[in-house]
Order: sequence, then structure tokens, then C-alpha cells
Amino acid sequence: MVSDPSILILTGHGLNCEAESKYAWERAGARTKLLHFNDLLAEPRSLHDHAGLMFIGGFSYGDHMGSGHVMALRARHRLREDLEQFIGAGKLVLGVCNGFQILVKLGLLPGLDGDYFTPRAALLPNEGGVFQNFWVRVRFEPGSPCVFTRGLEFMDLPIRHGEGRFFAPPDVLARIEAGGCAACRYVDPATGEPATKFPHNPNGSVNAIAGLCDPTGRVFGLMPHPEANLHRENHPRWTGGDGLMLFQSAVAWLRKA
Amino acid sequence: MAIRLEVSLNPSIPDARGRDTAARARRFLRAPVSSCRTRDVYLVDMPLSPAELARVRRAFADPVTARAAAGRLPPPKFDWLIEVGFRPGVTDNLGHTAREAIADVLDREPGPREGVYTATQYFLLGPKLARADAGRIGRDLLANELIQTCRVFSPAEWAAAPPDTEPPVIRETVEPRARPVDLGGPDEELLRISREGVLSLDLGEMKAIRDYFARPEVRSAREALGLPAAPTDVEVECLAQTWSEHCKHKIFAARIRYVDVDGREEWIDSLFKTFIRGATERVARERDWLVSVFTDNAGIIRFSDRYHLAVKVETHNTPSALDPYGGAITGIVGVNRDLMGAGMGGELVCNTWGYCFASPFHDGPVPEGLMPPRRIRDGVHQGVIDGGNQSGVPWMRGFERFDERFLGKPLVFCGTVGRIPCALQGRPSERKEVAPGDLIVMCGGRIGKDGIHGATFSSEELRKESPAQAVQIGDPITQRRMYEFLIEARDAGLYRAITDNGAGGLSSSVGEMSRLSGGADLDLALAPLKYEGLQPWEILLSEAQERMTLAVPPEHWDTLSALARRRDVEATALGRFTGSGALVVRYGDRVVGRIGLDFLHDGCPRLTLEARWTPPAVPAPARPRAGARTGVLLDLLRSLNVCSKEFKSRRYDAEVKGLSVVKPFVGARADLPADATVMRVEHDRDEGLILADGINPFYSDLDTYAMAASVVDEAVRRVISAGGSLDRIAGLDNFCWPDPVLSEKTPDGPHKLAQLVRANRALYDVTTAYGVPCISGKDSMKNDSVRGGKKISIPPTLLFSTIGVLDDVRRAVTPDFKQAGDVIYAVGLTRDELGASEYHRLLAARQGRPGAIGGAPPGLDAALATRLYRAIGEAAQAGLLRSSHTPTLGGLAVALALAAMGGNLGADADLAAAPGAAGLDDDALLFSESNSRFVVTCAPERAGELEALFRDLPCARAGTVTAEARLRLRIGSRRKADVSIDRIRRAFKETLDGF
Repeated sequence: MVSDPSILILTGHGLNCEAESKYAWERAGARTKLLHFNDLLAEPRSLHDHAGLMFIGGFSYGDHMGSGHVMALRARHRLREDLEQFIGAGKLVLGVCNGFQILVKLGLLPGLDGDYFTPRAALLPNEGGVFQNFWVRVRFEPGSPCVFTRGLEFMDLPIRHGEGRFFAPPDVLARIEAGGCAACRYVDPATGEPATKFPHNPNGSVNAIAGLCDPTGRVFGLMPHPEANLHRENHPRWTGGDGLMLFQSAVAWLRKA
Repeated sequence: MAIRLEVSLNPSIPDARGRDTAARARRFLRAPVSSCRTRDVYLVDMPLSPAELARVRRAFADPVTARAAAGRLPPPKFDWLIEVGFRPGVTDNLGHTAREAIADVLDREPGPREGVYTATQYFLLGPKLARADAGRIGRDLLANELIQTCRVFSPAEWAAAPPDTEPPVIRETVEPRARPVDLGGPDEELLRISREGVLSLDLGEMKAIRDYFARPEVRSAREALGLPAAPTDVEVECLAQTWSEHCKHKIFAARIRYVDVDGREEWIDSLFKTFIRGATERVARERDWLVSVFTDNAGIIRFSDRYHLAVKVETHNTPSALDPYGGAITGIVGVNRDLMGAGMGGELVCNTWGYCFASPFHDGPVPEGLMPPRRIRDGVHQGVIDGGNQSGVPWMRGFERFDERFLGKPLVFCGTVGRIPCALQGRPSERKEVAPGDLIVMCGGRIGKDGIHGATFSSEELRKESPAQAVQIGDPITQRRMYEFLIEARDAGLYRAITDNGAGGLSSSVGEMSRLSGGADLDLALAPLKYEGLQPWEILLSEAQERMTLAVPPEHWDTLSALARRRDVEATALGRFTGSGALVVRYGDRVVGRIGLDFLHDGCPRLTLEARWTPPAVPAPARPRAGARTGVLLDLLRSLNVCSKEFKSRRYDAEVKGLSVVKPFVGARADLPADATVMRVEHDRDEGLILADGINPFYSDLDTYAMAASVVDEAVRRVISAGGSLDRIAGLDNFCWPDPVLSEKTPDGPHKLAQLVRANRALYDVTTAYGVPCISGKDSMKNDSVRGGKKISIPPTLLFSTIGVLDDVRRAVTPDFKQAGDVIYAVGLTRDELGASEYHRLLAARQGRPGAIGGAPPGLDAALATRLYRAIGEAAQAGLLRSSHTPTLGGLAVALALAAMGGNLGADADLAAAPGAAGLDDDALLFSESNSRFVVTCAPERAGELEALFRDLPCARAGTVTAEARLRLRIGSRRKADVSIDRIRRAFKETLDGF
């Protein structure tokens, strides 16, 4: 079948990047369905009508009790079986910013050993203590199994978060690195190497990790916003538009799958 | 008794909140805090079985980073513990979310009296820290005791105290009923009732109300409904609210006798009708894109064949003075609601903000009951940051101005742009209709005592006993849910009209909407409350946040109500709109009020006011000796009003929606404030909007005519500088004034009113000359503080905001120099206009005579400016402008320095040939703030084309962009500045870096 893959984008409760996320997927060649989180809870089986699921950015539940915490609680409580089945069926899951935080809170990331519901890592409050919005340079790691970032190298993207400092206990971190799951890192634009300090590493993330995939490469989350870099003019110096490639990469993979 | 849960990060996990607290305590309070760890406390006010409690406890703590305990966790090592909670009845957003989380974990909905209340603990370490220090940290850094409680414990006290399990619950059991108000007494008695009831009504208004209720036809209508002869508190409060200065704009509607300096007398029949609506009506003849002006919650203009744009800018000064965070967050989410209630309901596109404060470095005394300016500033920023970010609306404009007179009252401007499909269900989307029989539906948040008397109170000066109830706290997530629900309901055609609940709450929203049908019948007993114990009039007037009022045709009610439930939004029918000609208010089976709509809306007597203009005599500062001005230039860049505000600005989200084109900061290092910002309105279209603003309270010290003319020009020329066209610019006026009404406490009222008249006249003159219609506006007329026995009045301030439309955003122009070798042009005439300029204020401060800022303020030649703006527009369209920057504070010298810094390039400039330079002294040429000027750059190979466009206009070559990042500024053979761009950048950024 060659029809355009369908992506389910969840909305509601303070999530707020639905318009640009929809535009990104559609420009990349996918069909999209915006669905209120409550409607998915009412009919969890409708998840399986789609080839991909996106948790978008925003402030689900106002970031109260920790970013993504309450949304993840509800998803774990009400959607666990369907999410397991969805991932097991070889489909894609993407989380951006608050969506990434939700995936980590759920345990979908890093998702080691096929265990998608034991949290093993965290996104802590930024080292600087406050929400910040500016553009950073990231590098997509060539050895990663991530299907969203294949063939991508460097990209400028905006960050806008207060809790993006990636943290994992040493044993978990070692396994993340060994599996190539650290798919995206903050880099110093001058050297292209992982950044250790503010502002190039904007939040104090360990190993400069900006984005993470599971060992299958089909579940991916990142703090920076590729869906906010779809036009040349989105970039502060009008050299942008390349955020789209990440969505195109995912759609290309889905078409082959 | 509630169940206490404490949640703590594990000791190995860094505590950013604690670190920030310790750093701020050291920095701002000089308190010897060595470190701080924090914890969240939840008081769960519902019965839980042990198994349920275990599930809740597990659900509340992140298993990787935190732990939780029922009761107390063992404390970390500490010297002082500060626990901050909320006072009863204050909105606790975290508590609301925790309650929802519990509902989910336990699969049961908590009962109406079951809730969760939160507090925060700060464990401070610091061997030299005294109890008094901890108290100061609590009061001056962590808690606002108007809305929060703050308790300090030593380790021994903490160990001895039983765990606090008392939730801050309001459980009043007073019987709700309406009380008659006896207006039969003498004048003094009427004034006492107004004063003690915070009604803010004057004697004439009180008498008008008394006389209305004495009319025979009114008496009989009331009698038929079982109402007493005397008006009820519901009726008096409703009238006071509807007639408040805040809602009725009585000063702008007054008849004014204006006496000019030469004794000439003139009568003005309403400033608003004469100068603001008058200007727009004149301009409207040549502008076919005005859709709805001055009638709705926001001004609406045509944007494209698919969308209209709606714009509104509001002030939230008084609430922000009392509770900076709560007041400001309410300001931004409140103006968002104005857009949600514009026409058939707008979609939020972007926010703007702007503040006037006293210096955050102010270390002098602060009048009793007022907060230090730094604290106000931090709180206001954080409120608008949280409100905007959590609502998912990007900011596109922001500014700050500083003057010591804002110590008494800060000015907090919040604006929003929305888009509305041109048609909905085949009908024009700006049209509002209500039919008799439609249901009055309130949706969103619940009603509490929040913000009662907000509308009347903001019409008063700040007194020590100003009521805490005037403070509301916004909940952006509840509002966001409501917003998405409303857009769904709008697109499904489920309501006929919509408006927001802002000042005055239901009395205002239902009062306004009832005009469209001709009446309303409202039952307050049906309104959902946050807690019991509210009197009917309080329910009617409450300014509790996140609420909209809809007119819903009865046949759509079931569908609307079901949709609301699916979206976790509360929607309640509170009665019906009618054609009875009156607003009838019930509480259950009793009628508690009835007011004829004619009297409610048009019964307020008009004021007659006195204005007398005497130009102030203001001495000029002494001029320094001739010579280089590098030091002055750097000092100007460092000054609070010029310097970079980037540190705070980066905490606001400017990227959400992915529509930005010219962001608030531009240039090679994204550190130059843009003259104006540009964004798309739809993702797949290239039309866009341009936003800018002008504000300058300083010129008011010389002449408010010059002030207002300059402010309008600045807002317009910023749009032009970014590539806009005079044909497609609309304006919004926000007047913030000290009380201009003559009274015992305001003996200089006639002068302040004359200042208002002059500013209005300038607004009329300039907007009609440019063809820029005002589409919406607001005034705030009592910006005085009398706390601590000292009166502080703000300088008269006008914010003029502009919105332009651009056919192709890719044609937008930015202010940073782009390429070495480009030719720099000075466009527009520089005159000797240093009065109240940044330069004169710097000199006056240096000379220890802060008032000696005199000189000529900037004038305006609108005819010449119009020709210049057309030429700039043509140059932008032809792609001739590599960059364009319009000088404002600090004049040409600062403009050149910043444009070069933005490009991380240099400039070799000679101003000797700049238009107007002949006969001008060097300081005036460098720092004069003359209006209608630009610094533009052009590729050398296209310089001829540019010069041809500006033939016959004041435009001259003023230098070259250089690769070496250095500013070399001369006037003929006189070297005026020679300084590296790094030093310029450092000076520009250092003042508020970290603040």
C-alpha cells in the first residue's frame, strides 16, 4: 500500500504545538489527525488506525508536579496496553519538548530491553534554573538506530523549556550510549563537538544529550523543536527550514516499512 | 484534618529551585545563605484508604529523582525552614492539578468539598543566618503575604511542631441574601456609603441612583417582582461597577473646558469622540480594511481573503502593584480572553508586553505597603512569562521604561493579536447577535471572591487598606482548555455570541450582552462556586478568572454541554436573555435585583471638568565641553532605558506556532532588538503582520503634545522601517495618566487634564495626517499612590501600538548592518531637539539636578514624514535596503552603534553631511531624538537607485559599513567616538545582565 502514512497528534490540557506539528507532518507527506487526549482515552483502540503517534510540546497540566508528570500518569494508567501494542507493531512515536518529557516519564524512553513502562531517566530543571528560549546547534549521531534522524547531521533549532536537563544514573547512561540511543546532542557551533557549557549546552544535560531514541530507533524524543524550523525565515538569520527533514526522514521510513 | 504528603528530590539530584532561592537571597537581600533545598507539600483533604494513599504517594514522586512520604520526610540539615502556603480561597493551581491526578490514580471523582492544597518548603543552610534574615527571605523573596502564608522554623521548633494538616479551606455558612441599601440620607451619608463600600461613585452619581429608584414606574416594576423600595446591594454594586471609570471611561467622555496658555477658552465635548473616534472616522473614508472598531472587545481589521486580525492592548497596573505575579499573569490571560471574545471568537496569534517601573536598583525608601521595584519587576515578568508560555502564545513585542515616579504604581501593558476567519457558518464573523430566549451560559473557571471590586478599585489611588480581594490569580491551563473548547464550539456553530468575563465579572458580561437582546434574567444560585459563603452581589461582581459568557440557542445546549464535559470544561446555564428591557437578577426563587438597561448603560451623569494649560519652565542641563563622546555613548548604551532587556526576554517563548519571521532579537548574534517584529499568520501563506510600539513618558515633562506626537510617529516609523506601508497600519492607544480631576487631593488636576487634552489633540493630528486609524484603546486614569503619606504620581504616559500588514514577509527589513562595504545613509532631518532626551537626562543626573532636562522636545513635520515613509517603503519593495533602523532614545549615535553591533560589523561614519547638520552643534547631531529618521544601508552597486528614490528628500551618505568590528564616528574633522563593537556590546548588555 502506498497511501500517505497517518500520524496521530494528541492535543489538550495545555499542549500547544499542534498547528506547526500538523503542518510539519503534512509538508513531509503524511496525513494527520489531531485528537484531544480525552477522546483517545475514551477510545484507546483508535490509536491503531495510525502509523505514528506524536506527543507535542506545550505545558501539559501547567508542568505542575514536574513537566509531563501528570500527562504521563494518565497515559500509563489508561493507555498502557495500547501503547505497548502500538510500539510492538513496529510503529513510530515522536515526542518534542513536553512530549519528550512525557515519554521519559512514562519510560517509553529509553525503553531498554523492551520495557517501555519503567522510568529510568529524567529531564530535570535547567541548570540555570529558568525557562529559556533561544536557538542552539545540535548534531544527529550517525551511529544511532533512530529512524527520524537518518542522514541528518547538524541543525539549528530553538529550545524553549525550563526542564530539559537530561539525567540518567551511570549504568543506564552507559547502556544508552552503547546502544546509540543518544541520537541528538547539543554541540558547540565552532567545533561541532558536544557542548559542556551554557549557552551551547543550554540546560546542563549529561553528555550533551538533547534527544534520545529507544533501541529500535522507532521511539524518539528531543527537547529542541524541529517543528518550529520549517521556513527559511524561522531561523534568526533566515537560514532555516531544515527542521522539516526530520519529519521527511520518518515519513520515508514509514513508506518503506 | 487532611493527609499531608511531602515530596523531595533525592539528595543526589540538583535542586534548581533551591539554588535559585539561595542565589537571590544573597544577591538581593544580602542574606548569608550558603545553600537551600526545597520540597513540595500536598495537603490532601479527602479520605483515603491505606492502599489508596500508597498509590497516591507513589504517583506523586518521580521514581528516578524523588521520593514522597505521608506525614513528614526526614528533613535535610538546615538552619531555618520557611514554609509558604496559600491563604484560604486563593487560587492554588498546583493543588487543582494534584486533585485531577488523584482522581485519575484512584478512578474516582473527588467530591465538591474534597480538594488538595499545596505549600513549599525551603530548607536554608547558613550558620550566620539569623531568624530575622529568614523572615526577610520569606516576606521579601518567597511569599506575598497578601495571598500567602509564611512560617519560619528553627530545627528545634520544626521537630517540636506537629505536622501541619490543616488545609486553608473556606467554610463559611452565612446565608446568601440581598440587603437593601438606604439612599434616603443626606449627601454626606451618600458619600459615606460610596466610600466605605468601595463603590467609587461621586455625589452626582449616587443621587442619580437614588432618583432612579424613586421613579414611580421603577417602583411598581420592582414591587411586582417582590423587591423592596430601596435598591438592593446587588443593584447598587452592579451600577457602581458598570459606571466605574474603568468601564465607563468617564473622563474621556466628559465635557471639558480647556483654557490655553494665552487664556483662550475652548469646550471639548468628549475627548474620545472628538479626538480618537473623530480621527478614526476621518481616516476610515480612505481605508477600506476596517472591520470593527471601538465597539467590540478588540479592534478588528481585514488581513487576507481568509482571516481578519483582532488586536487589543490592556493595562493591569493596580493588581500588579499589589501582587506583581498574580496581577501580571491575570493581565496577559485576561487580554487573551478579550480576543477569545472578539467577534465570534478569535484564535490567539501572539502576545505583546511592556512595563514601566522604577529602577530595579532603587535602594531608597519605599512607601509603606508598596513593594521594592525589583520585586515588582521580577514578579510582573514571571507572571506574564508563565501566562504567555503556558497558554502557548508567542510574544512578539516587549519593552521596559524606567522612571522613579513608577515607584508608586507600575504600568503593566499586555496585548494580544488574534485571527478570526472572515466568515463562520456563512455569516460575517465580527457580527454579534443575541436573541431573546438564548441561554446565558458561563464556562471555564468557578467563582470565588477573587477580584471583587477590581473595576471600581482600579479607579482609585492605592491606599494602605486597598483590599486584598482586588487580586486575582490566573490559571493558564484552565483557560487553555476553555479556549480549545470554545474554538470547537465556534466552528460547530453552537453559540450565537461570546464575551469575556473581565472587570466586573458577570455584571459586565451579561450586562453588555443583554443590550443585544434587550434584557436578561440571571439566576446567581446556579453559578458554580469555588467555595460557599458568597453573597449574591459578590457572585455577580466576582472577577474570578478564566470565564467566558456565551449566548446559546436552547436547541444547541445539549450538544454544547456534552462537548464541554468531554473537554473537562465546566459550562453552566445561568438563565436566559430576554427582551424585557431590564436586567433581572435572581437568587433561587427570589428576585434580588432589577435595573432598566437604559439606566444601567446610559444613566451615568456626565462629568464637566476643568483643564488649564501652563507650560512648565524646565531648566536645561549644562553642556559638557566640546570633544569626543565615546564615554557618553557608552553611558547611554548602559542607561536603563536604552540597555538590552534580553536577559528577561529570553524567558518568554517567541517561537511557539513556528510563525515568526523577524523575531524580537535579530542580527548575527540575535542580540539586537528589532525595530518591529514580523510574523506569518498562517503556516502556508506568505502574508504577514508587523508589530511595533512607541512610548516615551519623559517628553511629558515638557509637553504632552510633543510626547504623543513623538510616540505615534515612533510606532508608525518602526513599522515602516521593517518594510511596512502607511496604507496598511492601524493603531491602538493606551493612556495611563495620574488623576486629572480637580479635588482636594489633586489640586493640580486642571494641569494634568490639560496635558491629557494636548496628548489627545496630538494623537488626532498625527493619526489623521498619516492615515493610521485607531482601532481600539484603553485608559487608566488614577495612577497615583498616597501610601506612606506621600503622593507619587506617574508621568503622563501614552503607549501607541501599531499593527501593519505585509503582503510578503520575505520582503521584511531588519536593523542590523549586513555586509562590509555597504553604504550608510542618514534619512530624515536632525534638529536641535534634546529636551527630555536620554542625553539630557544623563547630563542632568550626572550634574545632580535630575529635573534639569529642558530643551526643545522633538517636533513633527508629518507632511515631510509621509513622503519619507513612502520612499522608504518603495526602497524596501525594490529590495534596496540591506538594513533599516530608526533612531529613538540616544539619537543617531546610539542607532549607528546598535546597527553595527547587530551585524557584528563596524562603521566608519561622518555625520557632517547628515540632513539638518548645518548649524547644529555636535551633541545635538549625535544625540537629538528628532522624529521620522532612519539609518539605512544599501549595497554600493545599488546606491544610485536609492539616491534617485530619495531625490528632493533629506537623505545623505553618512559612511560605510566596515569588516573591522569598530565604530568610528566623526563630524567632519572632529572625532566623536572610536570604540570596538565588543565594548559597545558589553556596555549595551551589562546593566541588566542577570536581572
